[in-house]
Amino acid sequence: MIIKGRAIKYGDDINTDVIIPGRYLDLINSEELASHALEDLDPNFFTKFTKGDILVVGKNFGCGSSREQAAMCLKYAGVGALIAKSFARIFYRNAINQGLPIIESSEAVDAIISMDELEIDLYAATIRDKTKNLQFEIQPLPIFIQEILNDGGLICSLKKKLRC
Amino acid sequence: MGQTISEKILAKASGNKDVCAGDFVDAEIDLAMSHDNTFLVSTIFNEIGVKNIWNPDKIVIVLDHRTPANTIKTAENHKRIRKFVKKQNITHLFDVGEGVCHQILPEKGFVSPGMLIVGSDSHTTTYGAVGAFGTGIGATDMAAVWITGKVWFKVPETLRFNVSGKLSRYVSAKDVILHIIGKIGVDGATYKACEFYGNVIENMSIDGRLCVSNQAMEMGTKAAIIPPDKKTVDYVTSKTNVKFNVVSSDEDATYEKTYDFDVSDIEPQIACPDKVDNVKPVSDIVGTEIHQAVLGSCTNGRLDDLAAAAEILKGKTISKNVRMIVVPASRLIYLAAVEHGYIQTFVNAGATIVNPGCGPCLGLHQGVLAEGECAISSTNRNFKGRMGSPDAQIYLGSPATVAASALKGKITDPRGVIE
Ligand code: SF4
Repeated sequence: MIIKGRAIKYGDDINTDVIIPGRYLDLINSEELASHALEDLDPNFFTKFTKGDILVVGKNFGCGSSREQAAMCLKYAGVGALIAKSFARIFYRNAINQGLPIIESSEAVDAIISMDELEIDLYAATIRDKTKNLQFEIQPLPIFIQEILNDGGLICSLKKKLRC
Repeated sequence: MGQTISEKILAKASGNKDVCAGDFVDAEIDLAMSHDNTFLVSTIFNEIGVKNIWNPDKIVIVLDHRTPANTIKTAENHKRIRKFVKKQNITHLFDVGEGVCHQILPEKGFVSPGMLIVGSDSHTTTYGAVGAFGTGIGATDMAAVWITGKVWFKVPETLRFNVSGKLSRYVSAKDVILHIIGKIGVDGATYKACEFYGNVIENMSIDGRLCVSNQAMEMGTKAAIIPPDKKTVDYVTSKTNVKFNVVSSDEDATYEKTYDFDVSDIEPQIACPDKVDNVKPVSDIVGTEIHQAVLGSCTNGRLDDLAAAAEILKGKTISKNVRMIVVPASRLIYLAAVEHGYIQTFVNAGATIVNPGCGPCLGLHQGVLAEGECAISSTNRNFKGRMGSPDAQIYLGSPATVAASALKGKITDPRGVIE
């Protein structure tokens, strides 16, 4: 899987309560949910963001609650991928289950700045910063996780397995 | 090679003789808990299109987050959950007013040592207090568990915490775990399991241990296990007849890291806004004005917690500038608190008692904060916006600190208000 997009950068310890505040958790409609993504972190998020952009963030992204809406709202908003120094574990699972590619690389996060043009190759396990002409090697994701991402998330992957 | 408690539980659940940290396993789940977010899990379950859930006896649903329903939308979601429970013959539903999930499960005897429990809630780590591997998963993972009864895990490395010393009076389990989080950091245990040892942990009541394993989630841990002892076994056998085997770690188990904490001299601790590891001794911030004091939640809404606060408030009146909200963690705790006279103490002191459940913890009802307001709370998170306005401030402290602060209208060291 190859993902291309511009970087939008934020800091460390971004928690699920600011990714999607509790007051929106009973929304199921994907557009409504997407429209509140990162609202309490950066009210101007949608003025910078265009579909396909890649969020580049510090350590411990997605800490806090298990609310899958945190991964869902980013996916629905059209975030192409996430690169972080590290992710909180439940968010990590949820993102994969939503088919949202996520990569850990401190080196890349330190080097990339907002608006850099990026290209992530999940098979080759590399991130390329085209603006800076830099390349970073990343830890390849386990095969079964790559398969879930390729299927577009755990729901599709299960459907395929169960043939229903 | 020796194994940790997590390795043993995950080995058994995945049908392996032994497993090592780093292995990926497909593990069979003993119990799956979900709360109000069951509406999302059931929507995903229906979307996948399987007819029947894997095991209606092994699913526990607790309505606690927005109870009684605060909006029509919430009421509709609760209604859908009840319908789903009926349709799927799910045995265990705890409806409005029963209590908060992480109290209900241990209290009703669903949790025993050695179990593998998943919950669609991050604080599922709470069950580690009675020697189970409890961990949080998201809604899609939960829907998959409802279908297959299994979930994949990476076997975590384990961090060992030896906590020793003699706690000062009015320094409680909450202070101990906040102190540890302050040192380790909010991501200090991410992807790892924790095991807690030492005389301080041994001396804690089960209520105190449940607080530790619950709050420990705020350092990112996957499981927060306290090795079972006689106290654990007595507690569990008083709740259930189900047979269980205590799982302990081997002498030569491999720990990624061992932390030694001597907590003899610690003061009551406060986690300051907006991060749970922004922990300071109470003396650093005494005097900060507060508008709301919250006593409750799955962290500190148990009988020990209500007792500690009642001791401070007995015969006194809280500051007229403070709304104090008390949320017993379950109906049984509520009744016990009535019996002990704690509820009368709170009401006389000017506090508001709300129904067992999550209460104001997640900022949806029963005490939402306005812009510029400040709260002290015995809950587990002080994130920006957690209790309402993103421009409100939340300080976390022990039940005793919450009560003392409600009394004075500002953050107060509980040791100073008792003669
Ligand atoms: S009391 Fe708070 S932390 Fe506990 S389950 Fe409810 S919302 Fe979550």
